[in-house]
Amino acid sequence: MARLIAFRIAQAIPVMFVVAVLTFLLMHLLPGDPATIIAGDMADQAAIAQVRHDLGLDRPVAMQLWLWVANLAQGDFGTSLMLNQPVAEAVLERLPVTGSLAVVAFLITIPTGIVLGVIAAVWRDTWADTAVMLLALIGVSVPNFWIAILSVILFSVTLGWFPSSGYVPLQDDFGRWLASLIQPAVVLALFQIGYLARMTRSAMLDVLDQDYIRTARAKGVSITITVAKHAFRNTLMQVVTVSGYILSLLIGGSVVIEQIFAMPGIGRLLVQAIMARDYPVVQGTMLMLGFAFVFINILIDLIYAYVDPRVRYD
Amino acid sequence: MTDRLASPAEPQPVLSPGATRRRILMRRLWRHRSFRIGGGIVLAIALLALAAPLLTSTEPTQMNLRARFAPPSAEYLFGADNFGRDIFTRVLYGARISLWIGCASALLAAAGGAMVGMVSAWFRPLDGVIMRIMDALLAFPAILLAIGINAALGPQVTSVIIALAFAYIPRMARIVRAAALVVRELDYVDAARVSGAGGARIIFRHILPNCMAPLLVSVTFVFAYAILAEAALSFLGIGPPPPDPSWGNIIAEGRDYSVQAWWIMLFPGLAISFSALGINLLGDGLRDVLDPRLKVEA
Repeated sequence: MARLIAFRIAQAIPVMFVVAVLTFLLMHLLPGDPATIIAGDMADQAAIAQVRHDLGLDRPVAMQLWLWVANLAQGDFGTSLMLNQPVAEAVLERLPVTGSLAVVAFLITIPTGIVLGVIAAVWRDTWADTAVMLLALIGVSVPNFWIAILSVILFSVTLGWFPSSGYVPLQDDFGRWLASLIQPAVVLALFQIGYLARMTRSAMLDVLDQDYIRTARAKGVSITITVAKHAFRNTLMQVVTVSGYILSLLIGGSVVIEQIFAMPGIGRLLVQAIMARDYPVVQGTMLMLGFAFVFINILIDLIYAYVDPRVRYD
Repeated sequence: MTDRLASPAEPQPVLSPGATRRRILMRRLWRHRSFRIGGGIVLAIALLALAAPLLTSTEPTQMNLRARFAPPSAEYLFGADNFGRDIFTRVLYGARISLWIGCASALLAAAGGAMVGMVSAWFRPLDGVIMRIMDALLAFPAILLAIGINAALGPQVTSVIIALAFAYIPRMARIVRAAALVVRELDYVDAARVSGAGGARIIFRHILPNCMAPLLVSVTFVFAYAILAEAALSFLGIGPPPPDPSWGNIIAEGRDYSVQAWWIMLFPGLAISFSALGINLLGDGLRDVLDPRLKVEA
């Protein structure tokens, strides 16, 4: 296992390097001059040149790339123009918000999606199956921010059950933390539950087709025990593989959801930075999120190896 | 099993084998319920978008200050917004921009993905580098990638299309590469090479056409995602710029009035949901018939 961990981390280094280069290119090879935009409409040539020099944009591109990667290696993700603060610090300050939202949504998605998927597979071609598949279809067809706005109108404005916006830190008050998260997390989860249910259903159907399930049934094991003990454990393998992907999607989705519920998270930082043309923050945030996604993938691979010994000994 | 039963059916004299196969596929598609429903929805929405000038007498940017926040009525079917613009007209015309963005970015992503995927499958030495780059891009959820790219390009219709296309190219490339790797090992590719066909001819005449099934299926799904993503980008303020309506920017503009004037954001949202639903149903049907094992990820 230790060797596998070392191997996976070693494998991730080139991917992280490519992520770093791509985020650099994103801001440098595209048309438009950040210096002109940052300096503003009223700035004269000298002011623009000054901004360009301050940002290091007057150096050769290869030199800038080298500096970018070298700084990254030292943990320097750049400095924000609007906040006058290191990007890494700004992102880490907001991590608890986005993290709480994504994790709570994840904790809602996984059990609900699995249960619905198993139900759909076991009662295949019944109304329950149809309902679950319909939910999956709605999940990929309805804009999540639109549902979020409708949800605020119904549950916050009309019924007054949940706060319509804001975030209360966990260390301040657990109850109010949860209350501030539950509505955005449910809306966010809603869209992944259908996807997970669909995945679980098809994995479960594959497993239920296997000979050993028929054997178990033939020797008199009840349906409940067969599903719970024989089929479910093998279905779980596939659930593990998609769960990392789901967590990434939840983090991506929270960028939009944070705007609606006015939650001061990483997504809100990213959007504010785009509006303020704060390029270092856009670049640094994208990069840190990219690293987070790579890290999640490694974690999922390791969990997978832990659950399935066959992967470990390959 | 006797030989007679196992032997293939008599070839049809009139139709070529390809045409027969296409006919069978068409029939199976037509029998597929979700394909029919999805196709119907998509066709209806496309027709409404095309016929927009016939269905409404006003312009989508026509303001009427006396009709500010008019609720849905016979005159203003979907109500009016804060400038007194008719939401029904804006949703109809918005379909043009939204569907265009969805369609164009899906096709562009398919073209780009086919190119990258084929290069990767054909020129093996490049495969490692290309796939590492694709892996790095795939680490990001598509919506985040589109946000990042669009942040650099600025809010315009073309930049939204480019951003969305780029966000989906890695997914398309992986699908095409996987299909092409299988196809390139098949006997007819060897046969073509033995008969003296060059690399380009083999790629475009023999391999690419046989990768079309998974590509076509993913194009429909990406089309649906792209419509949703356009709306999300508009909502974040980096989509197609107002005043020209797209479904996304109508919602974005109506957001501040969502409690008092719910109709501004309700109807474009329904339009997005219905079209994405129709396209997804269409895609489900295509996948079941053409390529049942394919998995497309957002």
